[in-house]
Amino acid sequence: MFIKKILIIIQPVLAICMGLFIGLMIAYGLGENPWSVLKILVNGAFGSTHDLASTLFYTTPLIFTGLSVTIAFQCGLFNIGAEGQLLSGAFAATTVGILFANLGSPLAPFIAICASFIGGALWGFFAGYLKAKRGSHEVINTIMLNFIAVGITSWLTLYVFPNRGTQNPETQEIAAQFRVPSLFLTEHATVNFSFFLALLVAVLTWFFLWKTVLGYKLRATGQNITAARLSGISVNQMQILAMVLAGGVAGLVGVAEILGQAGKFRIGFSPEYGFMGIAVSLLGRNKPLGVVLSALLFGALHKGTMNLDLETENITRDLSLVFEALIILSVTAEGLWSYILERRK
Amino acid sequence: MTIEEIETYCLQLFNSTLRISIPLLFAALGGFFSERSGVINIALEGLMLVGAFASAAIAYFTHSPWLGALGGALIASFFALFYGVFVIYFRANQIVAGVALNMLAFGLIPLIAKVLFDVTGSSPGLSIEDRFQIMPVVLIILLIVFIHFWFQKSSFGLWAKFAGEHPMALHSAGISVFRVRLFSVWLSGILAGLGGMSLSIFLSSAYSRNMTAGRGFMALAALVFGKWKPLPTVFACLLFGFVDALQIQLQGIVLWGAEPVPVQLIQILPYVITILVLSGFVGNARPPSALGLPFTKS
Amino acid sequence: MDEQTLAVEFRNITKTFDNVVANSKVNFKVQKGTIHGIIGENGAGKSTAMNILFGMYSPDAGASSDAGEIKIYNTPVKWNSPFDAIAHGVGMVHQHFMLANTENAVDNIILGAEPVFYALRKLPSFFRLIQTKKAVQKLKTLAKVFDFEIDWETAIEDLPVGVQQRIEILKLLYRNAEILILDEPTAVLNPVETEALFINLKKLKEQGKTVLIITHKLNEIIACTDEVTVFRHGKVVCSLKTKDTSTEALAELMVGRKILLQVSVPPQKEFSKTPVLEINNLVLYSQKKAKKKLDHIGFSVLKGEIVGIAGVEGHGQSELAQILLSPNAKEFAIKGNINIFGKNILSLKTNQIRELGVSFIPENRQAQALLLDSALQENFLLGNHDKGELQFYNFLSFNKIKEKLLKIVRDYDIRPGNPNSLARQLSGGNQQKLVIARECYSQPKLLIASQPTRGVDIGAIQFIHKKIIQVRDDGAGVLLISSELEEILALSDRILVIYAGKIVAEFNRGDPKLSRIGYYMCGASERENVH
Repeated sequence: MFIKKILIIIQPVLAICMGLFIGLMIAYGLGENPWSVLKILVNGAFGSTHDLASTLFYTTPLIFTGLSVTIAFQCGLFNIGAEGQLLSGAFAATTVGILFANLGSPLAPFIAICASFIGGALWGFFAGYLKAKRGSHEVINTIMLNFIAVGITSWLTLYVFPNRGTQNPETQEIAAQFRVPSLFLTEHATVNFSFFLALLVAVLTWFFLWKTVLGYKLRATGQNITAARLSGISVNQMQILAMVLAGGVAGLVGVAEILGQAGKFRIGFSPEYGFMGIAVSLLGRNKPLGVVLSALLFGALHKGTMNLDLETENITRDLSLVFEALIILSVTAEGLWSYILERRK
Repeated sequence: MTIEEIETYCLQLFNSTLRISIPLLFAALGGFFSERSGVINIALEGLMLVGAFASAAIAYFTHSPWLGALGGALIASFFALFYGVFVIYFRANQIVAGVALNMLAFGLIPLIAKVLFDVTGSSPGLSIEDRFQIMPVVLIILLIVFIHFWFQKSSFGLWAKFAGEHPMALHSAGISVFRVRLFSVWLSGILAGLGGMSLSIFLSSAYSRNMTAGRGFMALAALVFGKWKPLPTVFACLLFGFVDALQIQLQGIVLWGAEPVPVQLIQILPYVITILVLSGFVGNARPPSALGLPFTKS
Repeated sequence: MDEQTLAVEFRNITKTFDNVVANSKVNFKVQKGTIHGIIGENGAGKSTAMNILFGMYSPDAGASSDAGEIKIYNTPVKWNSPFDAIAHGVGMVHQHFMLANTENAVDNIILGAEPVFYALRKLPSFFRLIQTKKAVQKLKTLAKVFDFEIDWETAIEDLPVGVQQRIEILKLLYRNAEILILDEPTAVLNPVETEALFINLKKLKEQGKTVLIITHKLNEIIACTDEVTVFRHGKVVCSLKTKDTSTEALAELMVGRKILLQVSVPPQKEFSKTPVLEINNLVLYSQKKAKKKLDHIGFSVLKGEIVGIAGVEGHGQSELAQILLSPNAKEFAIKGNINIFGKNILSLKTNQIRELGVSFIPENRQAQALLLDSALQENFLLGNHDKGELQFYNFLSFNKIKEKLLKIVRDYDIRPGNPNSLARQLSGGNQQKLVIARECYSQPKLLIASQPTRGVDIGAIQFIHKKIIQVRDDGAGVLLISSELEEILALSDRILVIYAGKIVAEFNRGDPKLSRIGYYMCGASERENVH
């Protein structure tokens, strides 16, 4: 049993090391010294408070999308739609911030946060409903919904709420009272209240899934749908609930981006946070604590490779994608061991 | 508008549709081979981009679009093979591995571009002799003809169908399910690579960053819309291509009211239609029964 | 008949799986050109023996003096896989067909052995064109030889099961099988299709093929076979010519003379004769196959009684258990009445039915009752998750849950008893005890127990039996479904025998006519109320 517990922690660590190693080899192949690459990476991510702040800035949305994928996964569903859900949530927050500019309440940020959640939850609901009631596979539906979200938010940005003062594809600014406090201003990134919100949501997610009756029912549905059904759980309701919650949590990225960082919706602000959420959740073993840790890792990688971009000749920030891909592949290669064992027979 | 103007307009539209559909057609037919034998191919997007970049780069260095196309297809197929081994033999989750492969492609390509060309975002422009004028069109027509009239009636075609519908039956008949699936995935790589090739050295004159713009996923949508059959998929690709061509033509034109029809809303049409089809609102889309499920001999 | 025409001979074949002896020195002979029945109860070893013949398993090697041997046409054979068997002309049609639903008969049959255009035959499979016309011709001719009527162009899923089965048989004939094994072929057929199958089998016989049928339906044996081999407890009891025997004799051989067990089951307590469960005229269709799974069933279960449903698996018991809890399941169409405590449950959802006081022990605990990768306490919660006493202001109180679980672990002797151990780590018996513990926790008023001691060790079996009796003595009605006759006989106050979806016999505890119960389980004629 003890060995099993160790294995649970070791496997992701091994995967990370494997991924990093191969990535560094690729860096070597591109003409850089792998050791100095590693140093720049680590330094860039954690070297100074400035760097740490940037790392946390990237970590925050990854925590949200990672939790989103995790919640869906605990119910046996694959949420590839976090990208669309986060756009939906972000735009909902933007809309509230623009339309209710005259609202003078101190609760304004809270209202905007709720809007963020609801926007994402709505997008998640579509996928959940289609799966539960029509039985159509959530993977393809959510991919389609992603593109639809991009289209709709782009249209809204350019035609309904455009920022007339600039050529940038972005909306007007939201009213100041909706913004959340920032903790640390740097040139590029703001660590703001949303980071703590993300941690809070991680704790809430853990609590909901493992300490409440409803969370239990959701997880039971994910583990054994037949047993859940026979015990009286309404499987359809659980699936829809899971997607609604997953969508809502993904939507909270809007808090980080709109209410925290930019104050407006910029087309393309998300460097595929949604897809990265899948990697984060996978590496984090679909548990909230793991998600936070692996979000931190991926955030660090993201920041570190930005430094690599500046400080080396041949490496650009695209290397972070390579690292992430290799880590994911290393995690999925667990099947490699059983394959080898099978062949030995 | 005069009759002539309408004529030229329609001709232009027809032309654009065909051209824009070509990359989609390649990718969707590639997806057809893969999904028919039971392997979901989310990585079409990345494979296309690999093909686009590789063929542009090779065409630049060798001044031959043919070598570029060949190289692009083969390199993309190599990536696909890698993906195939992971999901078929190691039984990795197909979605996750597909997403990872996309990320890998999107990450590696700019890095290699930097080494080769000093910029990450594009490859150097190709002169007109180094590009294709008509070859991909011919190729795609030949391909469609081959698939419809020949492949569907071949032994392998039958085996691939069973690999996707009832792999156990195929296994009992003495055929290796793994090999059939791997070959299909490899093929999908070749075709996706050719799709990318048609983007970079046919429709334009170089590779540029993210030039696939979601076409790999749209190809999947076309495949679903076409209910995993070749001819309806071709029709779906043409339809999506038409929508694309239309919105380019419509840009700025006022249809009703004072506002032009927003481009973005037209662009999302293919995706909306796909959801409706998949959810059974329009006809009955039934994927191959074993799609996405790794095969275990016991 | 002389030795020359022996198609199959098994000599001293033994097969062990992990300590369980499935076949023990099995000996029998099958003459060429006959239809040979292989009968026995569930677990008697007949499927194992046939799977060995088909190459799925290899017999135990054993010491050379009593080594087993299989001979096909008098030549000893040793097979490593079904492919070897097929190459030697031995084919098997399984209970679950290997047909792709969306394809037609032709494609399914020729798969792997397609006739291709001669000129292309050396090319890789990608380019080899199938000569569909030639294939269809070949198959039509083949089908004609055996008088098989088959729809060639229609998709498998649109064809009736009887036709699907013919296609499976034709698959074997297309590959020149001489010896065909059919595993429970009539399990999926209605009476008309069964007749058609027998006619087809006789045709096969006329063409010199040898057919082995695994079954437990005795009237079919009598109707269709030339010889019968009876298995019991892993051994061959005897082989007979069919014309020399009868269903009764075969039943006795198959089931053995059952001594009515004088188990120390306390007599029923007195309760008001209120029916807990009443079923009237229940007909259940499985929609896809348009087959009647339950055919006008009617019976009651009263308070404080155990009603046992005896019968070989596959005659409607699973479906009965299923619809009692999920009457709305989409795969079935129901007519008739099911009342629990007087309430019609046909329109109720599962949780509503459970609220009436119904608990359920499903037949496949791993697939239907357990969360294998979760801790014991999470498994205990399933079904009890809404109970207030396990909660703390609407949140799960793991303290309370743990407390109750530990009590259960003590009372039921579940090992390992650590609330955090995973369900997967428990043995079958302990898993089952856990399921029963949690189902009985709510003090059910109607307990439905389906194969409650399947895959469970002796110690646990005794415990489970005691528990079931205790539930009865607390005033609940118990519906016990089991294919283990001893269990039914030991526990039931009233016994109903189910066959082909009908109740064909009813007995009270201690009825001397119970000695003939095997006869009814194996397909005796219509319902006889043997009181």
